[in-house]
Amino acid sequence: MTIEEIQKGIVQDFSLLDGDLEMSVRYLMDLGQKLPALPEKDRVDENIVKGCQSKVWLAADLRDDRIYFKGDSNTAITKGLVSLLIRIFNGHLPDEVLTSELGFMQKIGMDRFIGTQRSNGFASMIKQMKNYALAYKIKSNIQA
Amino acid sequence: MKVDAPNGIVLDIAAIRAQFPILNQRVNGHPLVYFDNAATTQKPKAVIQALTDYYSGYNANIHRGIHALAEKATKAFEETRTTAQHFLGAAHKEEIIFVRGVTEAINLVAQSYGRSVLNKGDEIILSGLEHHSNIVPWQIVAEEKGIVIKIIPVTTSGELDLGVFDKIISAKTKLISINHASNSLGTINPIHEIILKAHAVGAIVMIDGAQAAAHLDIDVQQLDCDFYCISGHKMYGPTGVGILYGKKELLEKMPPYMGGGEMIQQVTFAKTTYNDLPYKFEAGTPNIADVIALGAAFEFIQLHGKENIRAHEQGLLAYATDQLGAIARVRLIGTAKEKVSVVSFLIDGVHPFDVGQLLDARGVAVRTGHHCTQPLMDHFGIEGTVRASFAVYNTMEEVDIFLEGISRIISLQK
Repeated sequence: MTIEEIQKGIVQDFSLLDGDLEMSVRYLMDLGQKLPALPEKDRVDENIVKGCQSKVWLAADLRDDRIYFKGDSNTAITKGLVSLLIRIFNGHLPDEVLTSELGFMQKIGMDRFIGTQRSNGFASMIKQMKNYALAYKIKSNIQA
Repeated sequence: MKVDAPNGIVLDIAAIRAQFPILNQRVNGHPLVYFDNAATTQKPKAVIQALTDYYSGYNANIHRGIHALAEKATKAFEETRTTAQHFLGAAHKEEIIFVRGVTEAINLVAQSYGRSVLNKGDEIILSGLEHHSNIVPWQIVAEEKGIVIKIIPVTTSGELDLGVFDKIISAKTKLISINHASNSLGTINPIHEIILKAHAVGAIVMIDGAQAAAHLDIDVQQLDCDFYCISGHKMYGPTGVGILYGKKELLEKMPPYMGGGEMIQQVTFAKTTYNDLPYKFEAGTPNIADVIALGAAFEFIQLHGKENIRAHEQGLLAYATDQLGAIARVRLIGTAKEKVSVVSFLIDGVHPFDVGQLLDARGVAVRTGHHCTQPLMDHFGIEGTVRASFAVYNTMEEVDIFLEGISRIISLQK
């Protein structure tokens, strides 16, 4: 599936919740709880995303030219947000991640349930993931 | 609901709620339950009206105007000073300095008194319950002057360990700055005892009254504290205005904190002489509108009576504490015997941010995080808490809605 298609799927999932704020928050928390915890070795300061109110760790791997993220957070809602981004980006080419435009947040009305501070943190997570993608792109260009 | 107060006066909470327009709204589809009063209280109509009246009727710069509007504004502004004097029990009107709030008040004393009077090797005592506002200003001066900061530790129940206080206070102690009540836990500190002991060694005492002003009786003469400060917005008044009380003889000796208009007597390029108290510490055009509206907030509290307000809030606190304490997965943080209406807690397995977000989804506003008291959170070995804090307009029904929200979070969280 393309990044665009995955976003459409997320919007569809949230539409089932009918805009109910409490249900949406709970759904995010459930997603967070389902995301496997990051191994201790990856829960290091270098992997902390700056600018988040909660603690967020993000790590990335490149396998067969495709990027795979792992992430975690100390709060369930934020971990749910991490889980959404992992679902969107995992298995794509670094260039696809870099050039992607994320519009699902507006469509699911995310600002209603994550607030300004978390929105800023969320933007930091996306930036961090794109930074990983850029780093892998440069690395593979050098190797090529 | 009606509440019987000890002195027999019955507070009509429904009528009080009607004075707060903001309370009558739905948030996220639910009636607003506002339990973030320790951060800032809502404002009664009288306060909002005072702001509107000033700007639509007599906005003018004060003190040196000779026209009618300036005269009216000056009178209203100075009336708040008199009201504040009575509210705090100060001996003299000029002991009341208008500031932006407690943060500015503490910075003013730290910079003016601290820098001019304290010397290398002197000691300042703070407590483990302090807000960052009552830590950082002293650290700035301490670093500059080589002053030593000592800390009264906190017990497991969230009270000050006075046994340790007795050991760290000495002839070297020159200043003690502590809060009257803790913003994070609600603990009411035995400031009278601390002041007595401080004066016995020749130290002066500054009290951060941010969390006390709306709840506790304050009489600065009876307390014999040297400085006391409050923030208007935590006691039904506007943001951006507060009061520093200081003993006249101390304020008179202190150099100005900021230079500008209002605080001068005469300016030449050779030498400037300063104005008398309180104007020496009120440089620039003051926050006239908010000072005037603060007067309405004092009157609101006096009209209902602190004793009655406290009786109502203590009822809410006792009920919320008992109910929360009975939930197995809830851990109360701060169980001091004497508390203002603040209850801080954690739910096992659910991060405070998530608790706050889930409560907000049901219209309940609480505060989550470290509450600007990171050393206190470190003491308990936690990142932060969920804090519910009550004001006079809150009701038992609202506490029930909040408790139901907590139960839902626990029941659906495996």
